[in-house]
Amino acid sequence: MKKSDLPQDKSDLVNFTREVCYVKNENGKYEAELSSGWDVKTDALNSAWLDIENRITEAKNLFISGEASPIQYYMELKLMDFTVLAGYTGFWKWQINKHKNPESFNRLNDGKLQKYADAFGVTLMELKKPSF
Amino acid sequence: MESFKHIQTAHCENGVTVSLLKHNGVEFMTEPLAFGLGSGLFYIHIPFMKVNNGPAISFRTMPGAIFKRTCKSLDIKVERKKFKSKIEAQSFLNEKLSEGIPVGCQVGVFHLNYFPKAYRFHFNAHNLIVFGQEDGKYLISDPVMETTTTLFPEELEKVRFAQGALAPKGQLYFPKTISDISDERLRNAINKGIKRNCRDMLHIPGGIAGVKGINYTANKIRGWRDKLGERQAALYLGQIVRMQEEIGTGGGGFRFLYAAFLDEASEILGNDKLLNISDQFTKSGDLWRDSALQMSGIFKGRLTSQKDYDNCASLLNEISNVEKEAFKQLSKIVIK
Repeated sequence: MKKSDLPQDKSDLVNFTREVCYVKNENGKYEAELSSGWDVKTDALNSAWLDIENRITEAKNLFISGEASPIQYYMELKLMDFTVLAGYTGFWKWQINKHKNPESFNRLNDGKLQKYADAFGVTLMELKKPSF
Repeated sequence: MESFKHIQTAHCENGVTVSLLKHNGVEFMTEPLAFGLGSGLFYIHIPFMKVNNGPAISFRTMPGAIFKRTCKSLDIKVERKKFKSKIEAQSFLNEKLSEGIPVGCQVGVFHLNYFPKAYRFHFNAHNLIVFGQEDGKYLISDPVMETTTTLFPEELEKVRFAQGALAPKGQLYFPKTISDISDERLRNAINKGIKRNCRDMLHIPGGIAGVKGINYTANKIRGWRDKLGERQAALYLGQIVRMQEEIGTGGGGFRFLYAAFLDEASEILGNDKLLNISDQFTKSGDLWRDSALQMSGIFKGRLTSQKDYDNCASLLNEISNVEKEAFKQLSKIVIK
């Protein structure tokens, strides 16, 4: 990539940093140059977030209709997969999977629920009754 | 204590390597050189595994390898420690800082408060340097930032003990002893770094990594539209673009960075042939950028036909060929 071709588009990096890119200068030598962003990347990031929003909405609807426990909703909200949540709570992945079921979730005592609440960074109340 | 100098780089691990080595007197170290000595260029598409609900693809070698290999090739001894206890992790860090030793830390990004929210996924292989304490805060040099920043002890603890894949477990590392590095040692290290990179990209067994791995992804892309539906397929392409271009690669999935390394290597080794090969990696990087542009047409919904997916795949096949040819020539040059 030539130095003159380096995009300087607006991105989420604004007020945070500009990133170093390696480009060829006028003399054909490589040098490091700062870029504020590239629309192609921003679009990729935005489409990823749009998908996350969709997943959160789906999980929310499953909770409201009584098909899933708040675990599912908070996992989507906090972008967590089973490995991440198992790491923070100490539960096994299969246990978490079970707790996604409202019946199983409702049988959990407050001690266990607190582990989930801590992992998601919410209070016990918020865990039991998410406010959307 | 000699004052610590913050250096901004494209990639975090290169940055930590460059900063820590320069701080310890290895003045000639640059980001491209660290990347090349560490044989940083790679490609892998891990099947059956998902990252953030998309394909697991990487354009660089495994986390930690660049620092480890670069130091080893220059005969620099390294200390690396993981911790079970958070208290121990903090007291060891404090001890090193009080000795005036800046320390590299592996951290998770999700709880890294100074990052913009849009970038905060559960990605656990980020690297930064802690270089001191002031007013109850840790002084942080994050290589992707233009300036230094700070973290409260509880914030640092949280990111050092982030959970999930590649959980850092409080891991920290720093160079221990550095002897004088002769010109000959540097030249040998460059040769070794290039050879290992040729091996990794050309001869790694199986079909999912190296130059063959790029073709593997190309084949997958041809099938995604039918298999996953347009919405999911477009998301998968977006994931490739993010892994390739997102903050930290220097553009074109590290290919420009490798081209810059070969530029430097040609000067140090006095070998003009490397310049020609550097150009081939520049071409590869440009093609990766072209493919990102093509893919963006799809995930923006502007392009929707199977032919558009095939075009992306063909570009990847072309890239695979360019890199294969470049590494083949490279492997002939470095053998003395």
